[in-house]
Amino acid sequence: MSQQIRLTTPLTTDDVEKLRIGDKVLLNGVLFTGRDAAHKRLFDLIHDGKELPIDVKGQVIYYVGPTPAKPGKPIGSAGPTTSYRMDPYSPKLIELGLKGMIGKGNRSQAVIDAMKQFRAVYFGATGGAGALIAKRIKKAEIVAYPDLGPEAIRRLEVEDFPVTVINDTKGNDLFVEGISRYAQG
Amino acid sequence: MMIREVSTQEIIKVVKDLCIDANYNLGTDVLAAFDQAIENEKSETAREVLRELKENARIAREEKAPICQDCGLAVVFMEIGQDVHITGGDLKAAINEGVRQGYEEGYLRKSACNPITRKNTGDNTPAIIHLEIVPGDKIKLIVAPKGGGSENMSRVTMLTPAAGMEGVKDFVVNRVKESGSNPCPPTIIGIGVGGTFERSAMLAKKALLRTLGERNPDPELANIEKEIFARIEKLGIGPMGYGGTTTSLDVFLEMEPCHIASLPVAVNIQCHAARHKEAVI
Ligand code: SF4
Repeated sequence: MSQQIRLTTPLTTDDVEKLRIGDKVLLNGVLFTGRDAAHKRLFDLIHDGKELPIDVKGQVIYYVGPTPAKPGKPIGSAGPTTSYRMDPYSPKLIELGLKGMIGKGNRSQAVIDAMKQFRAVYFGATGGAGALIAKRIKKAEIVAYPDLGPEAIRRLEVEDFPVTVINDTKGNDLFVEGISRYAQG
Repeated sequence: MMIREVSTQEIIKVVKDLCIDANYNLGTDVLAAFDQAIENEKSETAREVLRELKENARIAREEKAPICQDCGLAVVFMEIGQDVHITGGDLKAAINEGVRQGYEEGYLRKSACNPITRKNTGDNTPAIIHLEIVPGDKIKLIVAPKGGGSENMSRVTMLTPAAGMEGVKDFVVNRVKESGSNPCPPTIIGIGVGGTFERSAMLAKKALLRTLGERNPDPELANIEKEIFARIEKLGIGPMGYGGTTTSLDVFLEMEPCHIASLPVAVNIQCHAARHKEAVI
């Protein structure tokens, strides 16, 4: 069922519509990082009708809280964190044009519905593969909320960042379909 | 009987080194289990995840980088020989100092925070310290950093005694099923049966310190471990929950007597970043 695809951000609706669950994607270009605390701040700004520190249109957000960078390295180990903590905030960002999210674990039905309605995808990165993923991150700079430490919003430049499509724009879910394929009894 | 002196300075150093070693170097038993799983796994998507995990462990070891960005809370088990005299100050302060230095010097992520305000303590202390007095004049230290993703999926329950071993098995298998992709499968399952509420959790946690493949010495319990493992394999969750035949790498069960009115059962789920290192002073 799966194909290997190289994509460069920002992503277009066309780019994401081609993706199917189980596809292996190598992302290139820019990713933005964000976890619970940063999401809450973005959400509050949207709620108050204020401008966001980053334009989310066409962008991909990576849910990560890296380890401290060693001298001479752009970033420390940087595997994905559990995504459901971002579920309350994601539909709004998707509506504003966010095209992709990278994390680990399940999303809520509301997020899956928003991806279908506004054409976005959810990618899984391999949880716990922090050292491997760090090698694909070439540059990292904090662009908002430095006071949040590992949770600050960073702009990452990535090369062949490895992810798997978990939810596509058709409402499919790799967790449901992959598991039903291999479950016995 | 001679009393042997061990200084807190030495304990600080050993704890520090173990924190770093555990976070950089995945155990050879886990690496061998990845190889085995790559051979047996039926799904190509799953095999790709397993290959990434193997490659990740190699990069971490060679570049002295943390295997996972969640460097965990520092869980420290210490067995102190009863003929040891600890000199040079407060033992628990020394363990915490070792954790502080290890997480700082090793560029490890600090994940300890206030449960309500969520304010980070800044140095990954306090460590979770389990002390035990044993015969002898040695100190055994085990540092087992524990990530949040898999710990969050762990549970304790008090079954009715009538539920019996079947009830225990069902509880464990359901817990793994409901956890799905969240604890970063392939996982290792620690099960504690018996004792009291808190003792069952401790048994489950300690079970995770075994080497993969090491069965419970009681043949009946060893068979139950195998049976639970086989049932988990059939769930089809697979590495990272993408579907596949590799959901857990091993199942460890420990059992102790309990109260005539209770049947405590604890399941402690460990992710594939199964980090624990030990040293003897
Ligand atoms: S569950 Fe384990 S492997 Fe996964 S992110 Fe947490 S510590 Fe890392």
